[in-house]
Formats: sequence, C-alpha cells, structure tokens
Amino acid sequence: MSFMGVNWLKYSSPQAFYPLAGSLIPWCAAAAILLIGVGLYIGFFIAPTDFQQGEAYRIIFVHVPAAWMSMFLYVVMAAWAGLGLGLNARLSFMMAQAIAPTGAMFTFLALLTGAMWGKPTWGAWWVWDARLTSELILLFQYAGVMLLRTSIDDLRRADRASAVLALVGVVNVPIIYFSVRWWNTLHQGASVSMTAAPKMAATMLTAMLLMTVGFWMYSLAVTLARMRCVMVERESLLSWGKQASMQEVAEAR
Amino acid sequence: MKPRHKRFALIGLGLITLALATMLVLNAFRSNLVFFFTPTQVANGEVPQGRSFRIGGMVEDGSLTREGDGLTVHFIVTDLAKRVPVTFKGILPDLFKEGKGAVAQGQLVADGTFIASEVLAKHDENYMPPEAADALAKAKASGAQSSSTLVVQPQ
Repeated sequence: MSFMGVNWLKYSSPQAFYPLAGSLIPWCAAAAILLIGVGLYIGFFIAPTDFQQGEAYRIIFVHVPAAWMSMFLYVVMAAWAGLGLGLNARLSFMMAQAIAPTGAMFTFLALLTGAMWGKPTWGAWWVWDARLTSELILLFQYAGVMLLRTSIDDLRRADRASAVLALVGVVNVPIIYFSVRWWNTLHQGASVSMTAAPKMAATMLTAMLLMTVGFWMYSLAVTLARMRCVMVERESLLSWGKQASMQEVAEAR
Repeated sequence: MKPRHKRFALIGLGLITLALATMLVLNAFRSNLVFFFTPTQVANGEVPQGRSFRIGGMVEDGSLTREGDGLTVHFIVTDLAKRVPVTFKGILPDLFKEGKGAVAQGQLVADGTFIASEVLAKHDENYMPPEAADALAKAKASGAQSSSTLVVQPQ
C-alpha cells in the first residue's frame, strides 16, 4: 500500500510509528496552542454580544467544539477498535486505548460548560432531556471502555473486550447528535450543520471553528504522546522498546 | 474469503443488528423520551394523568401577568394551535420572555390550568449581535408593509 511515494503500511509497526509520532507531536501541539489562543481571543474579545443571552453565550466557544470532539473521538476510537478486531493489529488497539482518556475529558468538559451555561439561560444546571442524558451516557461509555481494559490482565483479551464494548457503544453517537431533532428537548437544535446555513454571526462561527480545529490538534498531540507511552510500556520486553525507553530516560536527563 | 474479511463482515453484521435493535427500542420508548408535551397533546389528552409532567411551547405575547405579591405569575403557553394557561410562583429565568420558548413542569388541575413548580427558558439556535436582531425585526416589519402595497419603493 503506497500513496504519494510513501509506504504507509510501514507505520503499522510500532518501531516505525514511534519516531513518526515523536516528530508530529511538537507541530500538533504548536498548532493547538496557536489555534485555541486565536479562537479564544476572537470569541471573547472580538465576537459581538448575543442579542438575547448577552455575554453568557460565549461559553459556546468551548462547549460546542468540546461536544463535537467528544462524539468525533468516540467514533475514531471505535473505528480503531474495529480495525484492530478485523486485522488483529496491535497498533490499532493501542490507538483506541490512547484516544479514550482525551475523549472522556472532552465529554466531561462539554457537560461541565453546558451546566455553567444552562443555569443562566435555562434556569437549571441540569435537566434529564435526551441530549444531556445521552451525552452523560457517553461519558460512562468512555469510562467503561477504560475500566474494562484495566480490569483484564491479559493484554490481548483486554484489547479485544474493550474493542467490542467501544464498537457496541457507537450506536449512542447518532442518538446524541439527532436527539434534538427526534424528540422534544430543552437543548436547542444545531446552530451549525453540514446541510443548512449556520444560524449565527460570521465572527462567532469563525471563533468556534478555530477552536474546533485547535481541539483537534490538541487531541492529536495528546493521543500521539500517550501512544508513545503505551508502546514503550507494552513493548518494554522487546529489544526495541527497551532501547526506546532507555533513550527516553537519557533524553529526560 | 480470507479470515480477515470474515471478521470484518461479522463486525459489520453485528453493528447493523445492533443499530436495528436500538432503533426498535427507541421507537418503543418514544413517548417516554420526550422532555415536554405540547399544548396540542394536552388538549388531546395524550399527557399522563394524575402525575407531574412538563409542557413546552411559546409564551404568548401579552399573556404574562403578575399578581400583587410579585412572585406569582400567569402566562399562556401556546404551540400556535392550542393554548394552556400556566400559573407559577417563583423566580423566572432571565431569558423568560413573551414570544420565546419556555418549558414548565407541574400538574394539570381540573379547570385546565397548569400549576407549574418549575419554569425553564428554552433557548433557540440563533446567535446574533443585537444590531442584527434589530435590523431583522425592522426588515420584517417593512416587509409586511411592502407586501400589502405590492409596490417596491426605491429608497
């Protein structure tokens, strides 16, 4: 399998992926800092005040991208898990393992910022409507996948069991996304979607999209860094893994 | 078929079965998943009897009245087809306004009034600066005028 003159399949081996991940991390991290910085600046200082909610609406610049990422990362995690099951590829399982904590973090962030927004606008921190409940379930799903993995000692079994759980849970993602359309919910419908013109001012949208790409870059950087840890941890019995961890220790000194 | 393809086929089949099962379950629980009932559903008697539920809709323009104690409010929730009078004693959320969405939790009493124990404001998905909202309101008002005259007047 080669594309653009690069043998991509090469990177399915940990030995080749480890240095690749290492060289990608600083770029992703720098892009994340830049994009989130600019996004927050536009969101907090340039974007206009909302006609109804006043300044409280500005939490959407964190809330909406975080909620998007929580769903997107779950799908990516489930895809890696499914690929791992199908191809029996270690690296795919490791990728799924590395994504889970970041996904859980974004889910928590979306729930937390949502509660902070809900109190001044709706008049309640939390309501049990379909959107909020299904997003809370997503947090439990992330926790479940991570817990199941750590509760099984045999790595191969842990990989497969948590991959099946991750795949089963993917049904919740469309439920979260379409919940505001399928049922009466307190949560409002989508302001930004693929099919309709955005229902918000252009500067607001710019800030939100910058934040989304920034969160994306952050997720990449953190996932790749975690991936390197997972690889060294797992392969430390093999010669290359020992070398890599030794090198790391040497670099740290 | 290679074992790899077989595994992918099994995973795909599993996911499709799961999606179907979920759809059936959600369909079965449809009535329990709604956060609120509309005034039309209240009028048709589709709401739970004798226990607390939520109604949602638009607060009718000009329907909001306050009693002397400053806490008890009366308003009408409408879905533009049916109307339900609501009584609530407490503090309304900041975004609660006539002509905007609201959700109230409480019970329906015999005379058809809904006694709410909690009122929430339902926000819509539109975000815009105040100037844009003003311009939109003006355009709407002038649009209504020009459509009645059928003449487009140059500015």
